[in-house]
Amino acid sequence: MKLNELTIAGLRKLLDDREVKSREVLDAVYKRIDDIEGTVKSYITVTKDAAYRAAEDAEKAIRANKASPLTGIPVAIKDNMCTKGILTTCASKILDNFVPPYESTVTARLGGQKYLLTGKTNMDEFAMGSSTENSGFHTTRNPWNTECVPGGSSGGSAAAVAADECIAALGSDTGGSIRQPASFCGIVGLKPTYGRVSRYGLVAFASSLDQIGPLTKNVTDAAIMLNVIAGHDPLDSTSAPVEAPDFTRALGREIKGLRIGIPREYFVEGMDKDVEEAVHGAIKRLESLGAVPVEVSLPHTGYAVAAYYILATSEASSNLARYDGVKYGFRAAGKDLLEMYMNTRAQGFGAEVKRRIMLGTYALSAGYYDAYYKKAQQVRTLIKQDFDNAFSTVDVLVTPTAPSAAFRIGEKTTDPLQMYLSDIFTISINLAGVPAISIPCGFSKAGLPIGLQLIGKHFDEETVMKTAYAYEQSTEWHARRPGL
Amino acid sequence: MSAQETFGNGKYEAVIGLEVHAQMLTETKIFCGCSTKFGAEPNTQTCPVDIGMPGVLPVLNKKAVEFAIKTGLAMGCRISTYSRFARKNYFYPDLPKGYQVSQYELPICEGGHIDIVVDGAVKRIGITRIHMEEDAGKNIHESSSGNYSFVDLNRAGVPLMEIVSEPDIRTPKEAAEYMRKMRSILRYLGVCDGNMEQGSLRCDANISMRPVGQKEFGIRAELKNMNSFRFIEKALEYEINRQISVLEEGGKVVQETRLWDSAAGVTQSMRTKEEAHDYRYFPEPDLVPIEVTQEWIKGIEAGLPELPDAKRERFVSSYGIPEYDAELLTSERAISDWYERAVTAGGQPKAVSNWMMGELMRLLNEENKSLEDCLLKPEQLAGMLKLMDNGTISGKIAKTVFEEMYRGGKDADAVVKEKGLVQISDEGAIEKAIDEVLARSAKEVERYRAGDEKLIGFFVGQVMKAMKGKANPQLLNDLLKRKLQ
Ligand SMILES: [Zn+2]
Repeated sequence: MKLNELTIAGLRKLLDDREVKSREVLDAVYKRIDDIEGTVKSYITVTKDAAYRAAEDAEKAIRANKASPLTGIPVAIKDNMCTKGILTTCASKILDNFVPPYESTVTARLGGQKYLLTGKTNMDEFAMGSSTENSGFHTTRNPWNTECVPGGSSGGSAAAVAADECIAALGSDTGGSIRQPASFCGIVGLKPTYGRVSRYGLVAFASSLDQIGPLTKNVTDAAIMLNVIAGHDPLDSTSAPVEAPDFTRALGREIKGLRIGIPREYFVEGMDKDVEEAVHGAIKRLESLGAVPVEVSLPHTGYAVAAYYILATSEASSNLARYDGVKYGFRAAGKDLLEMYMNTRAQGFGAEVKRRIMLGTYALSAGYYDAYYKKAQQVRTLIKQDFDNAFSTVDVLVTPTAPSAAFRIGEKTTDPLQMYLSDIFTISINLAGVPAISIPCGFSKAGLPIGLQLIGKHFDEETVMKTAYAYEQSTEWHARRPGL
Repeated sequence: MSAQETFGNGKYEAVIGLEVHAQMLTETKIFCGCSTKFGAEPNTQTCPVDIGMPGVLPVLNKKAVEFAIKTGLAMGCRISTYSRFARKNYFYPDLPKGYQVSQYELPICEGGHIDIVVDGAVKRIGITRIHMEEDAGKNIHESSSGNYSFVDLNRAGVPLMEIVSEPDIRTPKEAAEYMRKMRSILRYLGVCDGNMEQGSLRCDANISMRPVGQKEFGIRAELKNMNSFRFIEKALEYEINRQISVLEEGGKVVQETRLWDSAAGVTQSMRTKEEAHDYRYFPEPDLVPIEVTQEWIKGIEAGLPELPDAKRERFVSSYGIPEYDAELLTSERAISDWYERAVTAGGQPKAVSNWMMGELMRLLNEENKSLEDCLLKPEQLAGMLKLMDNGTISGKIAKTVFEEMYRGGKDADAVVKEKGLVQISDEGAIEKAIDEVLARSAKEVERYRAGDEKLIGFFVGQVMKAMKGKANPQLLNDLLKRKLQ
């Protein structure tokens, strides 16, 4: 096995035992990037020189027996997390020259462990999309089938992990943007509880929904990554003052007697047969491990997509107001202030971003606020209650991550609503703020990965991860690699 | 309704409400650690947060909440134990995020009042709400820079309180009085320096006219840019006359925002209702709701200073000074503190008041100085009054001594000794001087004795001049009269 194909846990041992050096791991990663990046296009910026410099530092720490779990591990970061002195574009032309003078809290924490930043990954512009086709620069391809999308918006991070162009990655998830691409690329993707991970330095899409999480090759790596990034941050008022446990300790715990809820609204007539089969198979497998399936209902599920697209776009319309050409980023000329504003935003933003800004602006407008924004907030409360009710009887919920396996590039670009519906199973989780993971649970007839979603109570990532780990240990799905 | 409260020959009544913006005197900005100091080089007191860079987040300055609560308590407001921030969305270069973080549906304080005194009568003006928000930056337009304008974001993120009054104000004079009282209270609390010229205290007014007796409000105009008490009064007076002429001519007042042009002495339309922004307020998702415990409120309440109204009443009752003196002496905390120190040091209350409001204020005003930079200490004034009481110096000499003390910050004793200003009460010395004056003023003595008693002043002046003003005036008078008989 090549070094770039290993996991964090696997590399840690080799590095600490001095069997390999960080720079050798980087050699393998960058060789892989040289070989396939032209096809996959996971990255927007590759930070090779900085990574090799960081590797020297990491080596010193390892030699001094001061290695942390991520010391010398090559990790890719979605390009919406600010990295000091390194281009951070959000895959938008409007930020195509933006170099932050500050570091996001998550990357600062990774940096504290002397991780190696491989580069900044592609995404849908401002994380708005489900395929990376909305990137202002290029579309990333699914390593399992380069005619297909990797999912999105963290498609670059997911593809980079799946294609072994890094060992692990960070993504962000506003309505499924970590879990859906993880599902499409056959890897593990975790969206922590809202407030578990600091959003400081994450370029905001929808502040009340955004959450950073890991994309990894297995559940253990997800736990290792979460250990580093989780915990209260005084720079983010919405990060919860809740002590983060050692998530790796949850792995390997028994799931005997664990009550797993099957929400009936997520298994409907006419759903994709491959997905249905794979997920039912996974439920049977969990049952065979001692878990007890219980049918539950999340009755307001049908309103989730509508509520989400009002709330997320409302917040986005305000969050993206700062890109006005005045202070940083792209500026188009104009004969006066108003024209400069309009030209800058018309030329700087892509079509989907503009569509969402307009939707959100409309929803917040005088006379419409009550009918849209306020109503959507009420729906959000009901959806939260749905989850609270379900979790009064079960420990974890099991659903498909996405309604289908990866779709073909261009298949949904002309129909935004179809694109929005690809997040139908993930959106409610963000509205409720609960944690959820996507893990590989099978393959479609076309040979594309299918993801299983496990959803937990607020701040109970441990039950989610222990269940995911138990399932992963009893299957081989996660071990399959794309034949790229 | 008194005549002073109506306009247009008694036909109309004005309905005025004020929105006051007060910059809070916190060390740091409301959502980041940058300094709030005024007057630094442009953009030197900024960081990624107040510049509105991508991905940064606000962290609420607890001191700003404390100041808002303090102000609310001083104005008799209900303090919300649960309140939250909202975003007010609009595009402007001095607004880096494209929205201002403010409060909308759930402000920190609601329902209160300020009592003002106009023409001797107390009037209560209701406070609708007090909310916290961040200030914007400043656009700088320089003709020398051609097609460019500049933005200074030092002020962006400085904490503000917006204090909204009920439409209880009826005259420009009441409005100005309300602002004076507002400024006084804010300065007493130490939450705002009240500098209207530098803009740390700003005021917008909503004003409409209605026929006397009508309950419904008329259509209002919003006035901006009135940066002094005088301009508030002038702008409102102008606006009252303008709206009355519109109504008298059978027209309708347009709902609009108007700017006060102090040079031209007029208000001018800035934007109409149709052009008004739709601010698209919604709850700020980057900040958690503000929860204030009763314990915190009680703690702040316990630390409130004595406020102007209470202090005024106490000055009248414990020092026996007139209401008028007490009002002036309590208008500023620094003045009232100075006064009390002088009285505590033994100064007779009315005498201290007279010296402060007379000589001291005159000298300070001459130099445009404030009490804080005054070299003369209150204890020194008390010392001087003692010298007057025991006859060491006369009232006349005291003026000289006072000015000397004011300039050099020395004690009265020292000044008197240094300048040899001790009053002469030695009868022999005074008699000698009197004799000399009378000897060389034979004509005047004759006229006096013939009945021109006004000449007594002439003799006193001559003797005083001869004795360099140091003669005990009482003694001099007595001796002089005796000699002239
Ligand atoms: Zn700052």
